[in-house]
Order: sequence, then C-alpha cells, then structure tokens
Amino acid sequence: MSLSNDATPVVQQPITASGAKLKGNLSRKLKDKMREMWKFRLSYLFIAPFLIVFSLFIIIPVLTGVALSFTYFNSIEFPKWAGWMNYQNLFSQDVIFLKHVIPNSFKFALFVGPIGYVLSFVLAWLIAQLPSTIRVWYALAMYAPSLTGGIAMVVVWQVMFTGDRTGYINSFLLKWGFIDQPVLLTIDKEYLLGIMIIVSIWSSMGLGFLAILAGILNVDRTLYEAGRIDGISSRLQEIWYITIPMMKPQMLFAAVMAIVGTLKSGGIGTQLSGMNPTPDYSGQLFMNHIEDFGFTRLELGYASAISIVLLILTILLSRFLWMLLGPKEDE
Amino acid sequence: MTWLHRIRRSMASSWSMYRSDFRSLDKTQILLLFLLTVLAMFMLLPLVFIFNHAFKPLHELFLFPPTFFVQQATMQNFTDLLHATQDTFLPVTRFIFNSIMVTLLSTVGMVIFGALCAYPLSKHPFPGRKIVFGVILLSIMIAVETMGIPRYIVVKSLGIMNTYWGHVLPILALPVGVFLLKQFMDQVPNELLEAAKLDGASEWQIFMRIMIPIVTPAMATITILSFQTAWTNSETSALFMQDDAMKTLPFYVESLTSNLANTVARQGVAAAASLIIFVPNLMIFLLSQRKVIQTMAHSGIK
Repeated sequence: MSLSNDATPVVQQPITASGAKLKGNLSRKLKDKMREMWKFRLSYLFIAPFLIVFSLFIIIPVLTGVALSFTYFNSIEFPKWAGWMNYQNLFSQDVIFLKHVIPNSFKFALFVGPIGYVLSFVLAWLIAQLPSTIRVWYALAMYAPSLTGGIAMVVVWQVMFTGDRTGYINSFLLKWGFIDQPVLLTIDKEYLLGIMIIVSIWSSMGLGFLAILAGILNVDRTLYEAGRIDGISSRLQEIWYITIPMMKPQMLFAAVMAIVGTLKSGGIGTQLSGMNPTPDYSGQLFMNHIEDFGFTRLELGYASAISIVLLILTILLSRFLWMLLGPKEDE
Repeated sequence: MTWLHRIRRSMASSWSMYRSDFRSLDKTQILLLFLLTVLAMFMLLPLVFIFNHAFKPLHELFLFPPTFFVQQATMQNFTDLLHATQDTFLPVTRFIFNSIMVTLLSTVGMVIFGALCAYPLSKHPFPGRKIVFGVILLSIMIAVETMGIPRYIVVKSLGIMNTYWGHVLPILALPVGVFLLKQFMDQVPNELLEAAKLDGASEWQIFMRIMIPIVTPAMATITILSFQTAWTNSETSALFMQDDAMKTLPFYVESLTSNLANTVARQGVAAAASLIIFVPNLMIFLLSQRKVIQTMAHSGIK
C-alpha cells in the first residue's frame, strides 16, 4: 500500500470502435478497480465504523427527509405520495411561515451571523495582540459562554429578563427611571426577537472563534516585516492585505460554523418564552416551525419539507462563502 | 518532598513570567487590556451569575432589588435538587447516572471512530476517498437537529428506543471531528510513515504507535468536542426516550426551566442543576485549552 497523498492515476484506455473490445476494456477496468480496492481493503476497514453510523444517522435521515417531504404523513398511516404539494403550500398558503418565520429568521440570521462573525474576528485579533500568558485567559473568557451549550443558561436568561420587578433588567430599568412599570420582556412580541439575538451572539464565540484566533496566531511574523518594507503603514492595512489572506481557510471554517450554528438555532425562543409557538409568532424561527408541525401537529411530511428548505438554504449559503473565501483554481 | 519543590518552583517561574509580560506592555496594549477586561467581564457575567444563584438561599432569590452576589451561601439548592422528584418519583441521581454513562460511551466512541476514519482519509489514496471526504465536508454544513423526524424513524426501526444505544449511536458520527483530525494528520510527513513501513510495521502499528501519538493535540480537541456534544445533548432524550428512567440530566434541566419565565419557585434548583452541567465542560476545556488552540490552527478548509 502506498502512502503517497496523490491518488493513483487511472490508466486511460483508448476508446475503439469495436463494441466487444469496449466491453472487454470495461470489464478489465472494473477488474482493475476491484483489485485496487482490494489492495486498500484495510483502509476501508478503518473507515467502516464511522461510515456505518454516519450513514445510519446522517445520510439515511437526510434522504428519508427528502422522500418524506413529497408525502402526506401523519405518523400513523403509511405516507401518501403528495408530489410538490408540501412545497407549494409552504410558499403560497402558510401565512405563519411567510409572515413570521421568514422575516424573523432573516433578521435573526443577519444579526447573529455576520455580526457574531465580525465580532469573533475583531476579538480574536485584539486578543492575539496580547502576550501569550495573558492571552489564554481572555480567549477562555470569550469561549466559555459557548461551552454552556445554551441549555444550561436558560435559567440565567429567564431570571435576568423576568417580567416582574425582581428581574434584573427590569429592576435596573426601573431604578434608573427608564420605565415606570415592569415589562414582560420574554413574552412581549416587541422584545423577544431582540433578546434572542443578544443571547445568541453572546454564546456564538465557539469553535469558529478559536479557529480564527489560531489562524491569526499562525500567520508568519516575517510577513508583517516584509509588508512594512513594501509600504504597508497601518494595522488595518496589515489585517486586510496580510492577516486575512493568510488565514482564509480558517475564516471559511469559522464562516461555515457560524452559518450552521445560526440556522439551526431556534430552541432559544421557545426556552425564553416557555412556549412553542412563541407569543404571536414573534420569535418563530425555522426550527420552531419544524417542531410545531412535526411534533405538535404531526404533519411529518410538511415538517420534512420545511427542514429540506432549511437544509438547502444552509448549503447554498455555505457554497456562497466558499466562493468568497475558498481556495481558488490557481492556489 | 521533591514534587512540592517542583510545583513551588514552577509556580514562581510562571508568576515571574506573568510579571515580566505585564511590565513589557506598551501603552496601546494596556488600553487594549482594559478594553478586553471590560468585555470579558461582560461575557462572563451570566456565568458568574449562575455560580452565585446556585448557592443563594430561597429568600435571596426573591429579593427586591435583586442582588447579583450571594450573601449567605448555602448548599440548600443542591440538597433540594437531590431530593427533588419528578412526577415519576425518579431521583435526580438517576439522570446524572444516565448522563455519565451516555457521555462516557459516546465520547470514547466518537474519538475512536473519528481517528480510525481520519487516518486513511489523510494518508491512503484508496478509491472513493475524495467522495467520502466530500460527503463528510458537506455534512458539516447540515445541522442534524433539523432531521429529527427521519432520525426518529431510523432509531425506531432499529429498535433502540429507550436504551443507551438510542442515546449513543445517533450522536456517534461527528463529521467536524473527522474533519479536524484529518486536517491535523495531513501535517504529518509521509516519509515518517514510509520509514516505519520499511521497518516492517503493520498499518495498525503505524496508526497506533506513530499517528496517534503525533496527533494527540487534535485527539484532545476532539475529546472535548465530543464530551460537550454528549454532555449537553438533550435531543436524544426528548425524541427517542419515552421511558423517564432513561432520560439524561440536560433534558431534566430543560424540563425544570421550561415555563420558569414568570415563576421563581424552582429557580434555585434549576440554577444548581445548570451548574452541574456547566462545570465539567469548563474543567475539561481548562485542562486542555493549549492543545485546542494548537489544533484549531489546522482547522482551515483547504
């Protein structure tokens, strides 16, 4: 077994007019392939355990989801074929989806995604400017919120935003005279989405943030000196012309993490307000809508269609960033 | 008593390191330090809060104006948590036990499966390698949370509802883990592996004796990641476990905190339980943060 990184080139057989020969070639090619695969049987053995659970719990569910999205399925009867019906309904009939879920998700994603991402970069860059012994503690302080995984912190947010005067935010606002009466922050449709955004940004400095930090620290110091000789005068120029181009791969990784993290969130609204659907659908995101239809109304086919739309959205967005930050042909 | 001396000496040296680092700061760095300190305090506020809240006695929880720091620390909330029973009369220790079991099993599984898969992906040019890696990369962009319904169908048809398998197997595949390990393994020179091969080492020996020791930092990172995923996971409890005795701690906390919005009754208990979820996460990260940063340097998508 060779250990080279390059794939073994497949021998190109000249295509001849004779069908029999072509067939022979094909079967020989197949045989060669089989022989090569047999040669690597150990490699397949290595990846087998992961691939089995991966297929069972990621690939098959995704494919099943795609199939279910074309059916009417109420979890009791066998799924009935429905064609594009679910998708048609989603984009033409579902008032909640069109009036609340899409605008909410858009607003939520716009704030949490890009702002969280830029904030990660700025913070990581600032932290990278500190001496290494001190740096670690600041990195930890920024990363720690994401360790909570959301769930553990629900109690904090609920107490902070409690609707009566014992809530910290309410008590603070009352004390300084901003409001006369306590506000039911998490139940009020005016505030719920805003609170969700703040909480999500707070806990968004996760793996992506660490990747960016590591990427910045990894940039070759001599490049900055070379840049200075070539006429780079300010720190901002340094960031734009040296730091970011040098750490594009990490930026891309962080961006993908940000997109996935943003689009899959939704639980936070339910947890804050204590109900799904959220009050007046003010905090309704994709995930809440999926859960609402999937587990409350038991319209599993329809819920699957929503999750497929979300899935395609995630992949499209990631692809778009890939085009911006990904490796170019000539690199 | 040499070890005591050694600890004392290392503490002294690291202290002097801190001191010299602080002395060498220039003006902008001091300003920066101030700025970041304010920000860090802001970020840590909720965490400090939960530590305080968990130790507050009942009357302090209801205090007006509300206090941030605990005045008379008490373990009352933790004992309440231990005695608290749900409708099913299950003690919280049952959920903690379930969580520990599930976390142990799945962390070990995720790390082993991930490393086994990353090695050939990085070093063996087997047919189909590009496709496999491409699919794994694509799956990083998929949030499995959105696939709850089909996953439920798969778990049900495998007949692993209400078993530990139902907790462990669905989260065992961690595409991000494989990706990070593979990127890290790419840095290991091929010559090293070739040399071992010439010396007659088998694939398994190369993997265990050379690859794994070199990629320890990445392994540590994956361990943390797996631990976090498993320890804070409440999805499998919610979807695949009807039997309350099989549910885990994060799910229990979620049920404690749901509809807490305008009641204060179980606040202290919920805070205590949240603390139990958070602290192990923090400890594990503290122990291995250097290795994590080292790994993340290779995290780029190339």
